[in-house]
Amino acid sequence: QGKFTLLRDTRTDGSFLVHHFLSFYLRAGCKVCFVALLQSFSHYNIVAQKLGVSLAAAKERGQLVFLEGLKSCLDLLFGEEEQPGQPSPLQFLSGSTSDLRALFDFVRVSLTPADGDSWKSPVLLVDDLSVLLSLGAAPVAVLDFIHYCRVSVCCQLKGNVVVLVHSNEDSEDEENELVVNSLCHHSDLILWAEGLATGFCKDVHGQIKIIKRLSLRQAAEQDLVQIYQYKIQDRNVTFFARGLSAAVL
Amino acid sequence: LVFTEEDKYGLYSNLLFKYFLAEGIVCGHDLFVASAKEHPDNILKELPAPLLDDTYGKELGDEAAAVKSEDFQDSMKIAWRYQNLPKVEASPTTHTKFGHYYDISKKMPPELCQSVKRHSFYLHEESSFEPKTKTWNMNSGYARLLQSIQRIISQEGFDGSDPQKKQRNVLRIGIQSLGSVLWGDDVCCSDTPEDTHSLTKFLYVLRGLLRKSLAACIITVPAHLIQNKAIMERVTNLSDMVVGLESFIGSERETNPLYKDYHGLVHVHQIPRLNSLICDVSDTKDLAFRLKRKLFTIERLHLPPDLSDTVSRASKQDLAGSAKLLSSGCGAMAIGKKHLDF
Repeated sequence: QGKFTLLRDTRTDGSFLVHHFLSFYLRAGCKVCFVALLQSFSHYNIVAQKLGVSLAAAKERGQLVFLEGLKSCLDLLFGEEEQPGQPSPLQFLSGSTSDLRALFDFVRVSLTPADGDSWKSPVLLVDDLSVLLSLGAAPVAVLDFIHYCRVSVCCQLKGNVVVLVHSNEDSEDEENELVVNSLCHHSDLILWAEGLATGFCKDVHGQIKIIKRLSLRQAAEQDLVQIYQYKIQDRNVTFFARGLSAAVL
Repeated sequence: LVFTEEDKYGLYSNLLFKYFLAEGIVCGHDLFVASAKEHPDNILKELPAPLLDDTYGKELGDEAAAVKSEDFQDSMKIAWRYQNLPKVEASPTTHTKFGHYYDISKKMPPELCQSVKRHSFYLHEESSFEPKTKTWNMNSGYARLLQSIQRIISQEGFDGSDPQKKQRNVLRIGIQSLGSVLWGDDVCCSDTPEDTHSLTKFLYVLRGLLRKSLAACIITVPAHLIQNKAIMERVTNLSDMVVGLESFIGSERETNPLYKDYHGLVHVHQIPRLNSLICDVSDTKDLAFRLKRKLFTIERLHLPPDLSDTVSRASKQDLAGSAKLLSSGCGAMAIGKKHLDF
């Protein structure tokens, strides 16, 4: 409850973690607000069906609020004039404002429990934050947005926030590195998917570092770091200790 | 969204671009060609002629049906490869059902060219920007191109908006040399361009358009001119498939005896991971291309047999170094600075 989880990937694609968390929280009966900036609804739907959850059904019964960034952007740029009562969540694209307030309002409104809602704690899931920088949002605006979301979702609504970011060692994208580093300091849990340092391998797709930031809550505690390797399959991801992939044993 | 990094002189990436368009014509897809460099009609006149044989007619029917049903399910883009990446054979010997072969020494016959609907966008002939979109905050050349694409998609019903249309078709979009100075973007000229976000915003909106319609798009970009690497990283994140072509012209590798059979290298930086947790990675990462008189092939990089006593240590190390760079994998799986070869 009230936790901020950061999903981070380096040299590989960490989106399998997003799919996992999405189906996990939906199965657990939480109300989920999913800000999907990079892929379309049907992509997530098809993968979620393989994992045993139907996103369309979840949307129907009001458990899932899905913001399809690509579609929203097209509506903003190609659509008719927006109605005054319903500003587009991606308003910052048209340059009229430089902050992500509209996006935050969208999140807040979707996760505030309505009457008759029987869902468990709310969850905000974002895939992925680095896209906001590509679209022209300033790093400070992105950090402000996350801050507001944390206050609203984690503290006030006692829910969880899960965010995916990309990062690279010796990346030249300073804005992105700034955002990622800042988020790392404020996260309760970091799941860091990395490509293997030795290059591409068919049986081990990467390694995942799980960092439990105990030092955030308790002064004298050390962060707990665990490292596993993983292989992604069609419906599943298998995790195993380093060096013990099925191909080797 | 297939993003191609051009080689230095643009020769080979142009070829890939033309193959994409030619395949569209042969499959009966509609085409949309955009360029700021050459007039699209000129580009279309230069497409390679398809190699026909007896089974061609039947194949076209099968292929067109297969393509339509595939695209219909997902309404997503699929990256097209013309010369199949050989998984086992070194060069394609059997007639595969996917794709066609072309003879680049001949031009495509104009009747074939005329058989599909072609739309074009030549930047310097386009009318100026409509005022409604001044709130776009983007380079006006890109904005005009996006408007044009969106108009074609909705007018011709590629986004499924017209229920009357019985036969759905695919739209192939080719955009040449995006990001170059000719489009009005200075991202290729300076380290700190005036508007760092135009190109990435353009790609995001294009991605949105492609996702909701039956369209596939190839873009070539003179990536070697873009000095701001942060932009290249962002662009890679926004594309489905990223392929880089590195030609040996003018570089020291041209005379390297170990590369003598090839004209350049193909770097696959990213492959699409759509509708699935996994992506389709081929076994080999070392790909090179060569341009023969009639054919452009992409093959596994084979080192020629080391028969000579005088092959020096230096060139072997050099090749080993570049082989490491080659086999460093694609972004969707893993890229690493290699200490070991896998």
